[in-house]
Amino acid sequence: MNTSLTNTARLLVAGLRALLVLTVVTGIVYPLVVTGIGQGLFPGKANGSEIKADGQVVGSSLIGQSYDLPLGKGQETPEPDLKWFQGRPQNGLGTNSVNTQYELILSGATNRSADNEELVQWVKDAKAAVVKDNSVGGYTVKPSDVPADAVTSSGSGLDPDISPQYADIQVHRVAEKNGLPVDQVQKLVDEHTEGRTLGFLGEPRVNVLELNIALREQVAAS
Amino acid sequence: MSPVLAGVLQLLALMAALALAHIPLGGYMAKVYSSDKHWRVERWIYKGIGADPDTDMRWPAYLRGVLAFSFAGVLFLYLLQRLQGVLPGSLGFAAIDPDQAFNTAVSFVTNTNWQSYYGEQAMGHVVQTAGLAVQNFVSAAVGMAVAVALVRGFARSRTGELGNFWADLVRGVVRVLVPIAAVAAVVLVACGAVQNFSGIHEVGQFMGGSQQWNGGAVASQEAIKELGTNGGGYFNANSAHPFENPTPFTNLFEIFLILLIPFSLTRTFGVMVGSVRQGYAILATMATIWVGFVALMMWTEFAHNGPALDIAGGSMEGKEVRFGVGGSSIFAVSTTLTSTGAVDSFHSSFTGLGGGITMLGMMLGEIAPGGVGSGLYGMLIMAIIAVFIAGLMVGRTPEYLGKKIGTREIKFAACYILVTPALVLAFTAVAMALPTPGNSMTNSGAHGFSEILYAYTSAANNNGSAFAGLNADTQWFNTTLGVAMLLGRFVPMVFVLALAGSLAEQKPVPATAGTLRTEKPLFTGLLVGAILIITGLTYFPALALGPLAEGLAA
Repeated sequence: MNTSLTNTARLLVAGLRALLVLTVVTGIVYPLVVTGIGQGLFPGKANGSEIKADGQVVGSSLIGQSYDLPLGKGQETPEPDLKWFQGRPQNGLGTNSVNTQYELILSGATNRSADNEELVQWVKDAKAAVVKDNSVGGYTVKPSDVPADAVTSSGSGLDPDISPQYADIQVHRVAEKNGLPVDQVQKLVDEHTEGRTLGFLGEPRVNVLELNIALREQVAAS
Repeated sequence: MSPVLAGVLQLLALMAALALAHIPLGGYMAKVYSSDKHWRVERWIYKGIGADPDTDMRWPAYLRGVLAFSFAGVLFLYLLQRLQGVLPGSLGFAAIDPDQAFNTAVSFVTNTNWQSYYGEQAMGHVVQTAGLAVQNFVSAAVGMAVAVALVRGFARSRTGELGNFWADLVRGVVRVLVPIAAVAAVVLVACGAVQNFSGIHEVGQFMGGSQQWNGGAVASQEAIKELGTNGGGYFNANSAHPFENPTPFTNLFEIFLILLIPFSLTRTFGVMVGSVRQGYAILATMATIWVGFVALMMWTEFAHNGPALDIAGGSMEGKEVRFGVGGSSIFAVSTTLTSTGAVDSFHSSFTGLGGGITMLGMMLGEIAPGGVGSGLYGMLIMAIIAVFIAGLMVGRTPEYLGKKIGTREIKFAACYILVTPALVLAFTAVAMALPTPGNSMTNSGAHGFSEILYAYTSAANNNGSAFAGLNADTQWFNTTLGVAMLLGRFVPMVFVLALAGSLAEQKPVPATAGTLRTEKPLFTGLLVGAILIITGLTYFPALALGPLAEGLAA
């Protein structure tokens, strides 16, 4: 009995020692080496692909933002600022509840199932809003023109992209609100449409933040 | 190009890359686990452990090593989380509550990586990097070690010795996982995955004001999270988060990393048992199921049946634009047919049948190709069952790889395949019968049941993905899921190692004209059939109540 106890204790100590040694290799040396290489070779990307406009950091090209009007009195949900291209709905994006000293962005999806009534309502409302907001001055958006990404929340809630179809149906509205010719805005969208990587990886997309930065430059120039 | 064609091309590109990579990597791993030489850094590590890497162990000793090391891992990770409040580099995050700390510690040590916490608001640098990411490496290496021990059981005869656990563990980390992960992490950084220690900081926004980001060693953790089929995300959104998975290329690259070692180990197996054709038969079985599941998933996701998806005009809820339906479907199948559980899109919002496919993938026991190590040993157990069934048909004592599958062996194999279904079905039934666990559901009806079935399936099979609408941060779920993960990982390992010991003691039986040729396509067909029938019979009633009910109603 005594020997088996000692043996068990010896084995556990060996296990703990193995863990500590491997922690040094995989938990300290490995991440530090990768950080060193990453920061040395790709500092911009390793730090979050920040983009600047007029010398100011305005976000990351990888993280989606909201383009909303300031909250009015008594308003709980902000209205979209229709001057700017709008990204995807963000119904799954959470707010910090554990460590409340910060206002961290908490990534996340809605996790609503395809037959969830709340989700059905969200999608219906979003579709109606996209049709209404973008039907301006003789240009009408049909419900069947609205692509799926315009009315659904992404997996991360931080999707930086929209489909080119969603960007296209926003062109007339954005042109009108900013007093720019439609052609000029359409050209901007086309320039910011990225095809599939190597022709077959992923889906074509438009980065909303980059597009809005370019739009603001044109508005300022006109 | 249509999205469907693009999806198919991505699948083909992935298959080509894996076909190219698995032969050299599989051969290399066979050398790693057969070599007599120790690297200098390994000698230092053995000194640190105080173990002699050259003593061969019989199965009980090997098992004791696995259990002692894993127990130490749970203890250390638990304490690290409980002490987070006073550790340096914790970004001001508080200690994790006991039930959640237990759940998370077990989760990462068992290669499950179920997460009932939100990564970005709960875990600081030290716990993420020196706690969670370390287990990503070592839990994967433990799985590989057990698989290699079973392969040695087939390859050796008239000895009970299965190798040295400490040597297998250290070599798996030092010679296989760290080098590949380091290269992969740098590739991910080059594509935009973040890698810094900036902590929580403010970043300006287009409309004014600022947003708060949580920076960290993300790329380095992401690489081993996929490579080690772990799946625990740095951020809550896991591989859907642009900082973890920034581009369509990284998406396919991460799927490649998930599948790389599990598929390559079939080559390692073939080389070590002295017949690469035996490895090909196992590989063909895994690949058939995997491709079949991807095809089914793409079919149901592109068809997007379900009220909300119909109105939206596509299955994009919970999916990212840059990956689209095709890339998300391949990821979802690959993560649930391995023990990974990382997600680039949220399975709960898939079509009813799509969600069912992810569940069925886990229910197969994660063997096609399965987790690192656990996939190979799980598949070899199924091969033994298939050989046994074939033996029954012709009335002959079954053999596999020159070893008799007698009463003892078949008992171990049968016990192995009973463990996880028993855990999944019993825990699900109890959770449904009790009044409170159901309060954690986000969705009602069939999908609500699926949330709970998914949770226990994921935990007992050590997957870690979720129908994440379920609020699993309750004492009930933290505790029962933790128990399911522990039993689902280590009880099967006991049977695998006992089986390995029993096989290694046998003397080889010469093959005769009556021996079932297990390297032939006929056997692959038999094996695929056995896997699907056994799993189908076990889980069909439960699946009918959840995803099938939802999918067929749509």
